Order: sequence, then C-alpha cells, then structure tokens
Amino acid sequence: MTETELLLWVRGPALQIATVIFVLGIVVRIAGILMLGRKKNLAEARGSAVAGGLRTILSRSIPDPGTLQRSTFNVVAGYIFHIGLFITILLFAPHILLIEDVFGVSWPALPTPIVDATTVVTIIALLAVLIHRLRHPVMRFLSGFQDYLVWLVTILPLVTGYLAFHRVGIAPPPTLLAIHILSVELLMVVFPFTKLMHTFSLFMARYYNGAISGYKGVKS
Amino acid sequence: MSKDETLGEALRRQGITRRGFLKFCAATASMMALPPSMVPAIAAALEKAMRPSVIWLSFQECTGCTESLTRSHSPTVEGLIFDTISLDYHHTLQAASGSAAEAAREAAMEENYGKYILVVDGSIPTANPGYSTIAGISNKSMLLDTAKGAAAIVAVGTCAAYGGIPKAKPNPTGAVAVSDLIKDKPIINVSGCPPIPVVITGVLAHFLTFGTIPELDALGRPKAYYGQSIHDRCYRRPFYDKGLFANTFDDEGAKKGWCLYKLGCKGPTTYNACATTKWNEGTSFPIEAGHPCLGCSEPDFWDGGGFYKALSMPTEDITRAAVYAVGAGAAAGVALGAMNRAKKARAVKTHEKVTINDLEKGADDD
Amino acid sequence: MHMPDVTPAMELKVETADALTCNVQPLLHEIRHALARLLDEGGHTVIDLRSLPLAPGEEQQLLDELGNGEVYARLHALGPTEIIESRYPGVWIVVHYNSSDEVIGKFIEVCDIPNLLRSQQADIQQGLEQLQAQLPAAIN
Repeated sequence: MTETELLLWVRGPALQIATVIFVLGIVVRIAGILMLGRKKNLAEARGSAVAGGLRTILSRSIPDPGTLQRSTFNVVAGYIFHIGLFITILLFAPHILLIEDVFGVSWPALPTPIVDATTVVTIIALLAVLIHRLRHPVMRFLSGFQDYLVWLVTILPLVTGYLAFHRVGIAPPPTLLAIHILSVELLMVVFPFTKLMHTFSLFMARYYNGAISGYKGVKS
Repeated sequence: MSKDETLGEALRRQGITRRGFLKFCAATASMMALPPSMVPAIAAALEKAMRPSVIWLSFQECTGCTESLTRSHSPTVEGLIFDTISLDYHHTLQAASGSAAEAAREAAMEENYGKYILVVDGSIPTANPGYSTIAGISNKSMLLDTAKGAAAIVAVGTCAAYGGIPKAKPNPTGAVAVSDLIKDKPIINVSGCPPIPVVITGVLAHFLTFGTIPELDALGRPKAYYGQSIHDRCYRRPFYDKGLFANTFDDEGAKKGWCLYKLGCKGPTTYNACATTKWNEGTSFPIEAGHPCLGCSEPDFWDGGGFYKALSMPTEDITRAAVYAVGAGAAAGVALGAMNRAKKARAVKTHEKVTINDLEKGADDD
Repeated sequence: MHMPDVTPAMELKVETADALTCNVQPLLHEIRHALARLLDEGGHTVIDLRSLPLAPGEEQQLLDELGNGEVYARLHALGPTEIIESRYPGVWIVVHYNSSDEVIGKFIEVCDIPNLLRSQQADIQQGLEQLQAQLPAAIN
C-alpha cells in the first residue's frame, strides 16, 4: 500500500467503518439508558422538573468551591484539557471543513497559530493529568486498564495532529496525515464502549439529578 | 566540441568572456538553489569540469518533460549546461532514428561505460513488453541494459520517478517507476508533471560541478528543491493561518487571493520548488494564477481523492453511513432496552420478599 | 525594471492581496545589516531574490523602496545584465537576462562594486593579446 492509498483508505472506507461503529454504539447506549425508564413519582410536583434539569446541566459546569479546594489540580487541569479539546477539534479550519462536508454546517475558524498553541497546552495538561494519576496513591488504586486506554486514545490525535500540522520529518506528510486520521478513528471506535461516553451521558445524568430536585422544588 | 575538453575551455573557445562565465556561475548557483556565496567555488569547479555524456530514454510519457526542458533551454545560460553535456541519445530530439539512433546509444554506452548519466522520462510497462517499444526493444530491457553502465540515473518527471499517470488506476500497462526496476544505481527523482525546468538543469549542473549527486529526501528527490512544502513557502499562507479561504473560484475570497485549501489545494502534502522558483521564467505558479496545487510531484497524485476536494474532507459518503448507523443503532437500542425491561419485569415477578421471620430463622441456624 | 515587449491579449486588473508574506520589511533590514557589515569589515553580501517567497507585487515594492541611484550599467555577456545602484550607495540590484530578454537571475548585492562590473583578469589578458596582434610587429 502506498502512502497515497493509505491516506485514501483512512479518508474513505476506514472513516465510514469508524463512523458506523461510533454512531451505532452511541445510539445503542443512549437508547439503553433512556429505555431503563423511571418510576412514576406519585408525589405532587413542587416545581418544574424540566427547568431544574436544564438549569443543572449548566450549573454543574462550574465546580463547587469545596471540590475546587479539595482537588484543585484535577479541576484546573481537567478544565484546561477539555477546553483545549473543544478548541482544537471544533475551531481548526480543516476540521470545520470536514464537519461542513458531513453535516452541512460551518462556523468561523480560529487563526491556526492559536489552535497550534492550544494543542501544545492541551497535550501538556493531559500529560500532567497522567502523571498525577500515577503519583496519587488513591487515584492509582482506582485506575484500571480502561482509564489508561481512554487517556491514550485521547492524547494520540492531539500528538499526531501536531506532527501532521508541522510535518515533522519522521514520515512523508501524507502518511503523517493518515496516521492522524487513523488515531481519530481509533478514538471513535473505542468511544461508545468506554468512559468516553461521559461526553453524552454527563448531560443526561445532570438532567436527571436536576429534574429530581426541580420536581421537589429544591435546588440541586 | 571535443570530449576531453573542460567546461572552462569549451566556454572560452565559444568566445565567452570571464564576465559571461561569472554570470553563468551566478545563474547556476541560483538554479542549484545554492547560496550566492558559493559562486567562487562553483566557478572553480566548473572551470575544471569535464563534459559528461548523457543518454536520455523516453518511455511511457507525453514529452511534456522534454518540452518543459527545451522551452527553458533556448535561453543561453541554461542552454549552456546543455551545450556542455554531450547528449548522445534522445530519440525525440536527435536527427537519427531507428537503428542509427540505437547505434549512437550503444556507442555512447561503450565509450563512457560507468561514467555516463542516464536520464529517463516516462514509466515502464511491465504487463506486456509490447505496450511500449523503441526500435523493437521493450522499455524494460532497454532500461536494464542502459542502466548497467550508468554513473547515476536521473528519473525526470513523476512518471519515471513514481509511475505517474500511466500508473494511475487501473494501471492497464502495469506501469512502474525506474526505482522499481533498478536497485543498484543512485537514482535522483526529479518529480513533477512536468518538473520545473531549472530543477532538471540544476541537477545536471550539480553533477557537472561537484561530480556527485545532490542530497536526496526520503522519496529520492534533491532536497535543495523538494525540501519544503508548497504550503510552507506559499505567499497565500498568511491567509490559511488567519482562516481566510476562497470557497469557490469566483467569490470574494478568490478575488482577494485568499488561501485555496478549501478548493482542494494539495500544497500541505506537496514538496516542490514552485512557490519560489516559479514557472515561465519566474512569472508565477499555479496558486498565483488562482488554482489549487494538484500535488503533481508526489507519488500517486492522480489517485489522491480528487483535485478539488480539501485534504481534510472524507473521500466517501460519511453522512449516509452516519444516518444508517443512527437508524440501526436506534432499532438495536430499543430492542436491547425492551429485553432489559422484560428481564426487569421477570425479576420483579420472581422476587420473593424476605420477612423478619426468615432472617430470624437464619440467625437461629448459626 | 525591464519588461519584455509583449502585447497583452486582454487587459487584466490584477489585485494584490491585502495581507502578504510581509517579507519586504525583513529583507530591508537584512540589507541594512549587510550595509553596516560592509562599512565595518568590508563584507560582500549577495541575496538571491529567487530563493524567497514573495507575493505578486512584493518584489516591485522592494525595488521601489530601494529606488534608483547614480549608476546604471548594462553589460552584454551571455545576454544583457542590468546593474543598478539603488538610492542607498552600496546596495546594487543585479538582473541577468538571457538572449531572449527573459530574466534568469535577480540579486541584491551589497558591496562597493559588483564583481561583474570589474574587468576580469582573464579578459584583460585576452584583450592585451588581441591588441598586440592588431598592431604592426615593428612596435613590439
């Protein structure tokens, strides 16, 4: 397989396969959660469940002071790499082109030097998070294979993307690009079956929590 | 001009002054992409250089490479490079044909065995030797035969370097590159469709000047010309960095000269000297004319997923795959959910309540 | 600068992009450093304009910045060469043409006089021989 054929394969059939697994997996899992259903609450409503749910989706995005104080590092590093991922994935011009091609929507991109710098910061934050996980006795005890796998498939697209963008001379540029796309496809395949599902389930969980409190007329 | 004359002697005999020679050296340095400070060294080397014999073989090609070169060589300086080499065989350019031409090739090979430069343009068919022949000799056997005594091989054009358009899918002739057949000789790939003329002459000038082959990249191309991507040297690069793109060939962005990435520009994955050396005596290059780079100096550029499709865009229909997956996922999810609910209902039904008596009974047993 | 005589088939208005490579200012600074070096150490600097990415119009912008000074020379050696001293003494613009008047090299030289303007030793020698050959033998 030549480098052009490899790039064509990852941009075509491989991306199709990854997309099917990614979308199918996510839909199955979300449907599974929704289908669990909830017991009908027989008590009289003292507030709006929907309003409470929606409010909590937003309000939980701000860390409560207690958590921030107890695990400052986790919160700060976590925020940095999540915002970094948001910027690098959704505000880089070539990525927006891909999204436009698939979904037909687009938005303005950030200048590439900003995305480039963000990538470096994000990689550093992810490395710091891993070191912290390994050095913290409790966190290390709680970590299993999946935690390390999820970390790896998250950092790989960032590192390979950085190499592809700067065309670091370890491989011809089409191969670097192919490796980057492949690493994203790996992330997509692993995504629905791991903790990465929190990207979607987090909003559902927040909504449930908020809705329960909302129904009771209390703050969540 | 005699064969054991040095280049300096040959030039002087042609009435070229020292000034003319210095100008020639300055232009040659520029052509070889060497810093101007190298000019004295180049002058000293060229003065003593012996004119090499060159045999040029054309296989499955369109003569575009020869055309590119001869267009540029009417001008004196690059022409001089050609006057100083002894082009002993080139079946498109030479007057002789048929067995007389082949005799010239064989004579040149014999006389300069181990010293001549072999230039090849065009790919070589391997599916059937009859697909391309010269004087009844198949391309493959002529290449293998002529390569034996060559000091170095210059594969001119993407066809000779990587198979090029003849090798494009479905490759009916089984076309291959020179490097697929020759493994024991230094091969310099001067890719491009066609290559920039000064790159062809620059490589010959390098051989002439230093008697060695220039430093090559992973794809066998001289680093001096193929060391940087079109994207990195493009004057439109600032627009890419700012996120300013032409979306069509006639929108505001196109008129303002913004980046052509969205229109399928292959500049980021293409290594060539177009952005600085430019074409037509330095007039411009395709991006300057408003057209995205096709990536013609890269292997398999013809099958690269569409000239007008941005590099980051998928080459297959992803939207439909995603829609099908949503449908299948929803169906599977509902089915699984139904199974879970049934399981839950069964569990509730078969559930036996534990009473205080059961617990007390259990406690008594201990 | 010299342009080949070509009648355009149609009039085209070429707009230059509003943000360019921005290589003109750094080049001017490089020339400034080269001039300072020429004064201090007598260092000779040559910049090959073909090796730099310049947007359409930027080369002209650079040449306009440098302007024309007191010297304009035109050589005929392997086609014409124009050697122009810019408005900054010591900064020379050297443009080589081939016999079809196409540009084959464009350089900025920072020196007291470009080498190409000097009579070359070998040429002087040859000239002497020619002159001697032309004069009656008795004078020798």
